[in-house]
Amino acid sequence: MITKEDVEHIGWLARIEINEQETVEYMEKLNSVLEYFGQIDELPTEDVAPTYHVAEIYNVFREDMVEECLPQEIVLTNTEHKQDGAFRVPKIG
Amino acid sequence: MAYENPDGIRIGLEIHVQLNKLKTKMFCGCSTDYHNAAPNTHTCPVCLGLPGALPVLNKKAVEAAIKVGLALEGEIAEETQFHRKNYFYPDLPKGFQVTQYDYPIVGKGKVVIEGEDGEHVVGITRAHLEEDPGKLVHIGSIEKSKGVLIDYNRSGMPLIETVTEPDMRSPKEARRFLDKFRNILEYLDVFDGNLEGAMRVDANVSVYWGTRVEVKNISSHKGVERALLYEIMRQKNVIRRGGKITQETRHFDEGRGVTISMRTKEEAEDYRYFREPDLMPMRVTGWIPAIKETLPELPDAKRARFIEQYSITDMHARALTSKIMLADFYEGVCAKGVDPKTAATWAADVFLGELNYRDLAISSYDGKTIGFIHAKDPAVENSFKVSDMVELVTLFAEGKVSDRAAVEVIRIILDGTEEKTPSQIIEEKGLFKAEDDLVTRAVAETIAENTAAVQDYIGGAEKSLNFLVGQVMKKTKGTADAKTARELIVKELKG
Ligand SMILES: [Zn+2]
Repeated sequence: MITKEDVEHIGWLARIEINEQETVEYMEKLNSVLEYFGQIDELPTEDVAPTYHVAEIYNVFREDMVEECLPQEIVLTNTEHKQDGAFRVPKIG
Repeated sequence: MAYENPDGIRIGLEIHVQLNKLKTKMFCGCSTDYHNAAPNTHTCPVCLGLPGALPVLNKKAVEAAIKVGLALEGEIAEETQFHRKNYFYPDLPKGFQVTQYDYPIVGKGKVVIEGEDGEHVVGITRAHLEEDPGKLVHIGSIEKSKGVLIDYNRSGMPLIETVTEPDMRSPKEARRFLDKFRNILEYLDVFDGNLEGAMRVDANVSVYWGTRVEVKNISSHKGVERALLYEIMRQKNVIRRGGKITQETRHFDEGRGVTISMRTKEEAEDYRYFREPDLMPMRVTGWIPAIKETLPELPDAKRARFIEQYSITDMHARALTSKIMLADFYEGVCAKGVDPKTAATWAADVFLGELNYRDLAISSYDGKTIGFIHAKDPAVENSFKVSDMVELVTLFAEGKVSDRAAVEVIRIILDGTEEKTPSQIIEEKGLFKAEDDLVTRAVAETIAENTAAVQDYIGGAEKSLNFLVGQVMKKTKGTADAKTARELIVKELKG
């Protein structure tokens, strides 16, 4: 079970502000997801190999060839928090 | 005699190395050549972690990892794959790092180093591929930081992380291991250690076979030795005072030379590793034979061949093969027909010594010229020609310059800005070895002009002899061979 404290902690880790109402809402949603996995958990899967990929494909590579990068203005276009060409975030820790 | 390891020291290393010889990043086509670039100019949706971007693995990174694995005599995994390591930190734009977990590409291997008691085997636990996070720059000092600037140019750089067994028994052995490891990577041409941030080391260390402490993020070889010396002293002091070593992670403060406890969070770290669904697993053992064909002669093999082929000492061979570019330079000099033993002395003892004294790191060799950059300021470049070394060694071997003059020539070339051959320098500075009659004349003059010192010497004051030799050197402007001058004076005064 996910508690309100768990949601607050995750919010803190991700530096996302979550208000009281949202905390309850996210707690309920996360618990319903967990509950669903609980249902899957009941199935007998001891003898079934895990499926990580739907297609059994191996060895997908690209060659070591330089492609064009994004211009700095475009990279920073979605943030208000920038300084000297860098993303600016609050002090960590 | 076997080394007894009286303090029960065990050191293991985790070494992160950028595969910076690749042209592009691990999972995207962004150039790895970002070191002098403005922030966030070498990024794309993949390495910025934008939603929907799909990573595709750089084939050359996998080849490089196999090369490293083979050079470390490691097992290459039949099947290998990537995992997501989840944690929140702004240097990771995706909220996870793509790394390898329980299926690393390289398994158990080993490296032989020159240990406390001769050859010593250090076990390799594993080596795996992962991506480098972005770079954080604190505004102001770390303690009083007002905020953090993030540059994602480094994000997605291909890294190989190598983990050793705790087989090193002293800080010196740890440093020797790192030197050897770096040397091997440079031989493999997958790594340029002169670039900033190219190698980062975490070390775990324990004393009296006890609890281990991890020291994180050491950025230089010298740093590793210093960090470990400090940490061992600290642990011994704690135990001497009746305290206990707690398992913890500490941070090395390079400036102050101390390790500082990092306040760890209460809960154990849980990275929630799971398979990276965007990357397919790999089966690449089929590549091994072809890659083996491309493996160069590695340091140990080259050293053995140098001893055999050039009849040089193990010590010289070790020094010359400690850098592949120096080894190639030496062979370039030998190929011109000079005596390999004399060349070894000049290249390994004098030349390398002068480079170290100047903090110059060898950075290139093109078959004609060996280039260096200043270890602390890569903008300072310099070089030395094979032809100049050949000329100098030849002049020395023919007795035309004294060893002192030859050293002087090397120094002038390393410190000078003009292109001049050794002969030109010797001519200009008058460094040709003085003819014997010139020295004889200088000795006669010295004896005639310094009667007091001569009397003192005859009376038994050995010190006066040094003074007289000095006078001869002065008269010949340093071109006389000091040993010859000394012999001539003694012969003259004491028969
Ligand atoms: Zn990119």
